Amino acid sequence: MAVDTSILGIAVLIYMIIVFYLGWLGYKQTKDTDDYMLAGRKINPLVLALSYGAAFISTSAIIGFGGYAGAFGMGVLWLVFMNIFVGIFIAFVLFGSRTRRMGVNLGAVTFPELIGRRFQSRFIQGFSGALITVFMPLYAGSVLIGGARFMETALNIQYNNAVLILAIIVAAYVITGGLIAVMYTDALQGGLMFIGMIILFVLTYSRLGGVVEAHQSLTSMAYLVPENLAAIGHTGWTSMPEFGSDIWWTLVSTIILGVGIGVLAQPQLAVRFMTVRNTRSLKRAVLSGGPFIFMMAGVAYIVGALSNVYFLDTRGMISLDAAGGNIDLIIPEYINSAMPDYFVVFFLLTLLAAAMSTLSSQFHTMGTAIGHDFYREFVMKGKTTKTISITRVGIAITILISVVLAYILPIGIIARATAIFFGLCAAAFLPMYTGALFWKRMNRSGATASLLVGTFGSIFWLTFVHAKEASALGISRALFGVDTILTGTWTLVDPILVATPLAIITAIVVSLATKPDSQEHIEMCFQK
Amino acid sequence: MLGIDDPQIWVAYILCFLSAIGCIIYGALKWNDGQDEEICSTVRASGRSDEEVY
Repeated sequence: MAVDTSILGIAVLIYMIIVFYLGWLGYKQTKDTDDYMLAGRKINPLVLALSYGAAFISTSAIIGFGGYAGAFGMGVLWLVFMNIFVGIFIAFVLFGSRTRRMGVNLGAVTFPELIGRRFQSRFIQGFSGALITVFMPLYAGSVLIGGARFMETALNIQYNNAVLILAIIVAAYVITGGLIAVMYTDALQGGLMFIGMIILFVLTYSRLGGVVEAHQSLTSMAYLVPENLAAIGHTGWTSMPEFGSDIWWTLVSTIILGVGIGVLAQPQLAVRFMTVRNTRSLKRAVLSGGPFIFMMAGVAYIVGALSNVYFLDTRGMISLDAAGGNIDLIIPEYINSAMPDYFVVFFLLTLLAAAMSTLSSQFHTMGTAIGHDFYREFVMKGKTTKTISITRVGIAITILISVVLAYILPIGIIARATAIFFGLCAAAFLPMYTGALFWKRMNRSGATASLLVGTFGSIFWLTFVHAKEASALGISRALFGVDTILTGTWTLVDPILVATPLAIITAIVVSLATKPDSQEHIEMCFQK
Repeated sequence: MLGIDDPQIWVAYILCFLSAIGCIIYGALKWNDGQDEEICSTVRASGRSDEEVY
């Protein structure tokens, strides 16, 4: 590490003190269930936008996808467009306002509870809660590893200790301060991330001689694409991969569509729509949400791709070679080599903030899923101790599971964890959630069938067909002796293109074939 | 365009900027849109407990 550890240590200490102060504020302001679960339903639009964006963008989105752009080029910018248009505009304006209204109408305090109450089904609430409890720790585990690796390299803390320290710090303010603490700290972390990325954006373009010059240099590097990558569709860093090639399918189906659309059904993000006072707040949040996501994802991917020009100028090699062939090291290597020392310190803080903000939201959502949705509402039918106490226990349990997973799971599965979780959410929740908000005729049977088909269709595809996850999991090989049971292009097609359409068709067919829900209940759900 | 030859990339690049700017304009135009609604649950307002939804 290029910078002095003591300076970084002081910066981290100051940052942690502010985080704990905000966590304490959350604790002081938490008086009832709505406060703990939904930040009192009166969050400021700017805090909402920053918190939503900071929870959405983790360290792996900056380092992982930024590195992906460094290796495969700017095609991933379509994901940025999807993140802003679908992940912010469509999400806040269309989904957000209806989610908030229905959440208030039904007195729901979590995402599974909103869907469960819309369809008057404890099974839907409990099953969704269980799904989040089982699969989100994988995603949280991967974010935890990212954050701990940062602490290991930047602060010289042993990796195993770093995982524990990070988990305990985040747990402390999530368990005590609930969603108010989560969103306040998210907003601080989002602010840090925003400033860090602006500086990175400006310094990179000025270092490379301006916008057009930098792009032209990158365009003229196309002949340097390694042969093995060219063979699977890589055509250069400022052009799309060859249509229908391996890289094209991964880019378009998993990254652009999988992550781009999957975000709509992320429980830890959707629940935030219920934290604001009114629809006006959601519309106001769009103003800061769009530019925030651009500065995070857009800048990471543009800089990732342009790092090739820097490494060619300074070392005569492309980024992938400069990072020793490890995509995840492209951004850190670039920051350390190309940026001034003061910025390296700031950027490391930015990455720590990105990891912590995503982790805190995951911990809170997992805790509410197991404690409130699964145990309190499904198992105990609502007849047990208070939501806040049971959720606190739930958060503690799921944090423990995430930490254990971070220690024991093979790196191959952890690296795929985000994609697995996004794919599963898109198939299991998106059709049901969309129907709940926009289609009054959708009933309990349709929603239940859609949830089950989406969940098991997605798990089946991930386990037996989609090559990246299937080979990492190894279940198909153990059972059938092959990595995937289908071959050719099928193994590249993301579950979102298979399981989600199946779940949509199931929702429509089953709803239309069965009795509609009572008119009185529907009116209550959709009342303005 | 902008030093990028492939239209599939420069269109994406420009769309990123335009969508972010679009969000700013939308948020500004709708700043005072709608009314300050009161928070009130229709379930609770109808005199039932939240649990009676199921």
